[in-house]
This record gives sequence, C-alpha cells and structure tokens, in this order.
Amino acid sequence: MNNSNNKKKSYVIPGFRLSFGIVTGFLGLFVVIPLCVLALYSLELSFDEFIANVTSPRVFASYRTSISTAFTASLVNAVMGLMIAWVLVRYRFPGKRLMDGMIELPFALPTAVAGIALTHLTVTEGWIGRIFAKFGVSVAYTRIGITIALIFIGIPFVVRSVQPVLEKLEPEFEEAAATLGASPAYTFFHVILPEIFPSLFAGFSMAFARCIGEYGSVVFIAGNTPYETEITPLIIMAKLQEFDYASATSIALVMLLLSFFILFVNAIVQIRAAKLT
Amino acid sequence: MKIRNDSGPVKWVLIGISALFLFVMLILPLVYVVFTALRDGLDSYAKAVTDPYALKAIGLTVKVTVITVLVNSAFGLFAAWLLTRYSFRGKGVLAALTDLPLSISPIIAGLVFLLMFGRQSFLYPFLDANNIRIVFAQPGIVLATIFVTLPFISRELIPVLNAVGTEEEEAAALMGAKGFYIFTQITFPHIRWAFFYGVVLCAARAMGEFGAVSVLSGHLNGLTNTMPLYIELLYQGFDFTGAFAMSSILIVMAVLILILRNILEYRGKKELEI
Repeated sequence: MNNSNNKKKSYVIPGFRLSFGIVTGFLGLFVVIPLCVLALYSLELSFDEFIANVTSPRVFASYRTSISTAFTASLVNAVMGLMIAWVLVRYRFPGKRLMDGMIELPFALPTAVAGIALTHLTVTEGWIGRIFAKFGVSVAYTRIGITIALIFIGIPFVVRSVQPVLEKLEPEFEEAAATLGASPAYTFFHVILPEIFPSLFAGFSMAFARCIGEYGSVVFIAGNTPYETEITPLIIMAKLQEFDYASATSIALVMLLLSFFILFVNAIVQIRAAKLT
Repeated sequence: MKIRNDSGPVKWVLIGISALFLFVMLILPLVYVVFTALRDGLDSYAKAVTDPYALKAIGLTVKVTVITVLVNSAFGLFAAWLLTRYSFRGKGVLAALTDLPLSISPIIAGLVFLLMFGRQSFLYPFLDANNIRIVFAQPGIVLATIFVTLPFISRELIPVLNAVGTEEEEAAALMGAKGFYIFTQITFPHIRWAFFYGVVLCAARAMGEFGAVSVLSGHLNGLTNTMPLYIELLYQGFDFTGAFAMSSILIVMAVLILILRNILEYRGKKELEI
C-alpha cells in the first residue's frame, strides 16, 4: 500500500493524521493515563507494605477462590463450547437457528440480572437447587454457585471462537483419515482437534480472563464468606467502601498483572500455532 | 459449508447435551425472572416498574447508554479505520490498547477513575474549585461505562474492513475524493451492518454494566442509581418482586437485542456474499 523506504510516509487514502490523533488521544485519556494513575498510586505503599497487603491470608484465599472457580468454569465452557460449536456447524436439526441465536445471551443480559436469577434458582428451595439438595449438595452461596455463575458468563467465548474455524475446516483431512481406517474418535483427537486447538485456547483464555474479573453475576450467588467464597474483585470493592484506596489499588494491580499474564500466554500459543501452519 | 449427515446416535446425544446445557443455563433463568416478576399479579408488577425511583433509574440508564453509544461509535469508527487503512509503527500497540478494556475487571475500571478524579487525586482541588463532580455522580458512571465498552464497535468493524480491502477507497482518493466523501459513499455502505451490530452490543453492555458503575456511583437513589444498581438495592431489601420486575424489563431488552443481532448478522453476511 505504501512505500516503506520512504521516511516520510504518505498514504493514498486521506485522513491518517486525523484518525491517528483522535485514536491516540482517546486511548491516552481513557486507557493509558488511568492505568498509569493506578500504577503510580500503588507506589504510595512501600514495597514491604505492598507485599504484606497483597499476600495477607484473606486476600490470598480470595485469589485461590477466584482462580479455581474461573479456571473450572472456563474448562467446562471449553468442553461444552466445543460441543455446541460442533453441533451447530456439523449437524442439521430442528431449532438449530434458535440455538445459534441464543449463544450471545450472556453478553446481552445484564450480569446483575443473571446473578439474582441464578441465585434464586440454585438455593435449596429453588428449581435447580432442590434437585441438588437431595444429594446433600448446596449450590448457592458456595464455590459451586460461583462456578455456575461464571459458566453462564463464559458460554459465548469458546463457541464463537471455535465455530468459524470449524466451518472453514476442509473435509479432505477427515476423509483421508477415514479412508486410511481411522475411527471417528481417533480422527477427532488427531486430525480435527489439533486444527482447532488455537481457537479453542483463545476462547478459553478470553473466558478465563473475563471470569477472573467478573463481579456482577458472582456477588449475589457467592455468599461472600471470607476465606471461602470471597472473590478478589469483591475484596477490592470492600476495601473501597472502607476508603482504603491503597490496599484496593495494590490488589487491583496484582489482578491486572494476572490478566496480562493470561493475554501473554494466549499470544504465545497463537504465534506458535501460526508458525506451524 | 458442507454439512455431514451422519445421523448416528452420537449426533443426537451431542445435540441433546448441548440443548439441555443451554436450556438450563440460559433459558431457565429468563423464565424464572419473568415468572417471579408476575407472581404477585400484574398490579404489583406495574407498581414496581412505575415507582418514581424506578423511573429515575430507567431514565439514567437510557441517558448513560445513549452517551456511551455516541462516544464509542465515533471512537470505534476512527479506530477501525486507522487500524485497517494505514500501516505504521506502533499499530500493534494501539490495537492491543483498544482491546485492553475487555480483559480488565469492571471493578478495576471503576477504581482507576475513582483514583483519577476522587478526593485523593491531584486533580481534585481543581475539580472542587470549579464545582465539577465526577466521582459518585453521573459523569463518573458515564466514564466507567465508556471505558468498559470501548472496544465493542471497532472489534466488529475491523474484520469487515479487512475483508473488503482498500482498492475502492484508493481509486476514489486517486480520483480526488475527500476523506469524508470516501467514508460516507464507499466505506460506510460496506460496514453498516457490522457497525449497527457493534452499536447493539455496546448498548447492551452499557445498559447492564454493574461492577464499574457500582464503584463510581455512590448509590444515591433517584440520582446515581442505574437500573442494575437499583435492582441490587431492591434485592438486598428483600423486595424480590420489585427486583425481578425491573429485571424483566432488562430481559425484554436483552431478547430484543438478540433478535436484532441475528437480523443484522444475517443481512451483513448476505451483503458480503454478493
């Protein structure tokens, strides 16, 4: 499109300066400066205070709760999302369009509404909770409840990430595998899965990152018992309500680093996958 | 796309499990909310949603959503245009920054604006002297909502703009067309369905944002309570009929959004095929 030897770049399509200015200005004001303020503010604490703050037993327990429930929920969504994407791409059946159309519901439905609805469904007298109560399992106000709320939030990520890749997958490989005598299961795990793995991983990590930070749907169903069902965003919220901004900021910084780490791992997986093909 | 019609038991088992999963996780909560909202009869439903505080919350939510969609439409169009029409150093960084709000917890999104404009901020003396209230007031709610939904429109536009290519625009530019003319006459017709789809997604999230808004709102009923915050208030006061009645309005909106989404996606796909 343009001559990269030229030091002074000029584009055929006009408007570069205007759009560059607007986009960088906007991102600077809305994203870069706010995040810098966050980082700067956490410097108000000394290093030792910072460490003591982010590793206090109650905070540490909240990382465990947040990470374990978000990971389990994203794993469930990876399996179910792959299955749903498969069903939507490969099979023809009545109600298929409806099934395809409702996948984005968790994006469209406010999380607080999902939260109170799921809570009421899963308390021991609720429509679903009653079934679990027979087996002596309580769902609402436990980690299982948190996981269920996070599964709800994460449904669209894996489906929508795997679906287009599955659609583009050429049938030749599978046919070749079948001709050579591979069983359907063998074909799936050795031919199809490697092809769609990058998209599956991308969906998984996006769901994971979203679930770790999720607040609205979880706060109602979690019960918020310290050390047990208290998620990290809730701890930040509690610190803010006590006007303990320094602690809130330091914990937020740890969460932010965790999100960046997830993004980073996903980027590496995607780059390696792109190199292989 | 070729559909393989292997109609073994595997097919129906997989369809069955998927359908059951989606029914329990997605449909049942909706049914439950509507059922509970109407349990005490239409009168108490009508009373709950026409309560003065409820109406104020609805009004604020509409206001925040409209502002957010306007601001993010402008940003989304410029960002998508910049990231697909030019190549320059640092483009990857800008693309990553644009998508960043997606992976930041809403609570943190609220927190950063609290730190920027709150009482302990270096800007606070200036804001206070000029009587500008951002934190625990409506501007804070708007800021947080814009941040959370920042990438929604550009993410829908970028793949379409990449697929369409730049030949037509370059031709127009070489023939002397101005940027604005190129955009409205050539580019926008290609991306309009994707754009409207992005607007719908952005509006949906703006309407329902809870965490970020919760940090910045201060929960002044009738003043800074959006619909989700008002629902929380009712719920915590054990007014379940009221909470579910307000929720049912948001559910109707969500279902409308889904229907609209499917129409827009269908039209967009059809146009790309032609």
